[in-house]
Amino acid sequence: MLDVHQLTVRLHTPRGLATAVRNVSFQIARGETLGQVGESGCGKSITAMALMGLLPERAQVSGHIRLDGQDILALPERALCQLRGNRIGMIFQEPMTALNPVHRVGRQVAEPLRLHRGMSADAALAESIRLLDRVGIDNAARRVDAYPHQFSGGQRQRITIAMALACGPDLLIADEPTTALDVTVQKQILELIRELVAERGMALLLISHDLGVIAQNAQRVMVMYGGNVVESGAARDVFAQPTHPYTRGLFAARPSLHTARGGRLPTIAGTVPDLIDLPPGCPFAGRCAATVPDCHTNVPPQVATQPGHIVACSRLDHIGEFLPTGIRA
Amino acid sequence: MSAVPSFASRALRHPAFVIGAVFTLLLLAAAALSLVWTPHSPYEMNIPGKLQAPNAVHWLGTDPFGRDVASLLLVGARASILVGVIAVGIGLIIGTALGLLAAARRGWVEELIMRVSDFGFAFPAILSAIMLTAIWGAGMVNAIIAIGIYNIPTFARITRASANAIWAREFVLAARACGKGSFNITMTHVLPNIASVLIVQATIRFAIAILAEAALSYLGLGTQPPQPSWGRMLSEAQTLLYQAPLLAVFPGVSIAVAVLGLNLLGDGLRDLLDPRLSRKR
Repeated sequence: MLDVHQLTVRLHTPRGLATAVRNVSFQIARGETLGQVGESGCGKSITAMALMGLLPERAQVSGHIRLDGQDILALPERALCQLRGNRIGMIFQEPMTALNPVHRVGRQVAEPLRLHRGMSADAALAESIRLLDRVGIDNAARRVDAYPHQFSGGQRQRITIAMALACGPDLLIADEPTTALDVTVQKQILELIRELVAERGMALLLISHDLGVIAQNAQRVMVMYGGNVVESGAARDVFAQPTHPYTRGLFAARPSLHTARGGRLPTIAGTVPDLIDLPPGCPFAGRCAATVPDCHTNVPPQVATQPGHIVACSRLDHIGEFLPTGIRA
Repeated sequence: MSAVPSFASRALRHPAFVIGAVFTLLLLAAAALSLVWTPHSPYEMNIPGKLQAPNAVHWLGTDPFGRDVASLLLVGARASILVGVIAVGIGLIIGTALGLLAAARRGWVEELIMRVSDFGFAFPAILSAIMLTAIWGAGMVNAIIAIGIYNIPTFARITRASANAIWAREFVLAARACGKGSFNITMTHVLPNIASVLIVQATIRFAIAILAEAALSYLGLGTQPPQPSWGRMLSEAQTLLYQAPLLAVFPGVSIAVAVLGLNLLGDGLRDLLDPRLSRKR
């Protein structure tokens, strides 16, 4: 249903043009969840903003984003407004700030309904009570009249989910939906999102830096680094056999129950590349133990290690021997 | 969560707000009273009875023309309020609209509006008012317009700065993600969130407008005789400062009390309208 093809986004920054997303392609089908993993600044949120048509005005974009065949990048602002909140819904990272403090929550959930469905205020409010009830707000009929500050963080995230789902979108984008919540609430919210996706047959783009969140929720995974997709495939395959040196480093850096007490977690040496003058070759070349001079200059090939499991690396044959020194204990 | 105390009960526990509200109400009451009743006619001259000290008939004495000072003060309050309301109204409506437009459109629209505002700021208030009244002639209407025009860039700037902060908030992004257009977002999300800033600013600008009107009248560029005005009463009292010092004291105190009251009211409102503070205690 959603088809992103060779998406490249360049942003104007005070220091120059930054390539935030480079040649990213992916598809999501109805009812499917695609997990997007990567560290801060790897282009995850910019991809999401591009899908919403909410990139900064002077961003340079190339490629295609097709929603049921319609190219979102070619649409005028007015048509985009009709798409947002109607066919594409979005959940944000910070439920504390994603709601307007001066309006009652019922009105905020009702807004997209009035906007896109042309519902009367009463009908929209009745519908928002139903939605709030569905996302697990107790006593929704009474709580619609409350203000955001009267809810807890988890409840507020439930409200923003109700808002995003109000018009029954085909595609839901969840940008770090649980990062700001504590762990038990995180689990409940993810369960709710999973239920709703199954119930409504939506496509879900789940963005997170938390590998556990992706493992539990996504059927397919896309690992991003420096604006590029370095590895993608079925979640099962990628988690069973992380292949790209960056993905391997990421997995090695996870704390686990086996980590020695007081021991240090492994880290990936070096820092994230500067997006402003990104090297022409592999974005990870500067930090990779298996790097040869070619890596800096040539774009790595997309290698399928198994059907559907794609790794962007030219040194796949040699990674095994280098890995131990690539990860610093 | 404990019950949120009502606005009124919090307001009554805020001393600055209470004092400010009382002074402001006094000002409004004086102006309202003057519409229906004054101790004497403020226009009636009585040369033999000039420059009386305060007494039972003339509570605050009489001026050099024998007019009743108390009556002049009451009617003068009207001029102050009229100038304040209209001048702040002009600045609030036009300035806020420009500021909201600048924040919503960004780019060259914002640049243009803000640079023109800077131009307006470059002139001291009184100087630009003198310039405008010099062009259009002295009088209350022109004084009001001059002060109002001076208020426009002030409100435009404050509105743009606060609105930009709101536009950067995540709930605006959430609203855009819901498909709302920028006009819609401005009206339902930006304006309600900056209303308290504007209300506070309006009370403070109101005080400044009263001062400006007094200053212009003092210079003879504002309210024209025989229409009473606190500023002109001050300037007329100036020449008689040794013979009748009280003549300067009464309008001076009136101006000070009105301005102080409005400023305290503004400070109080700023504290009381902050939604974060209203949750505490």
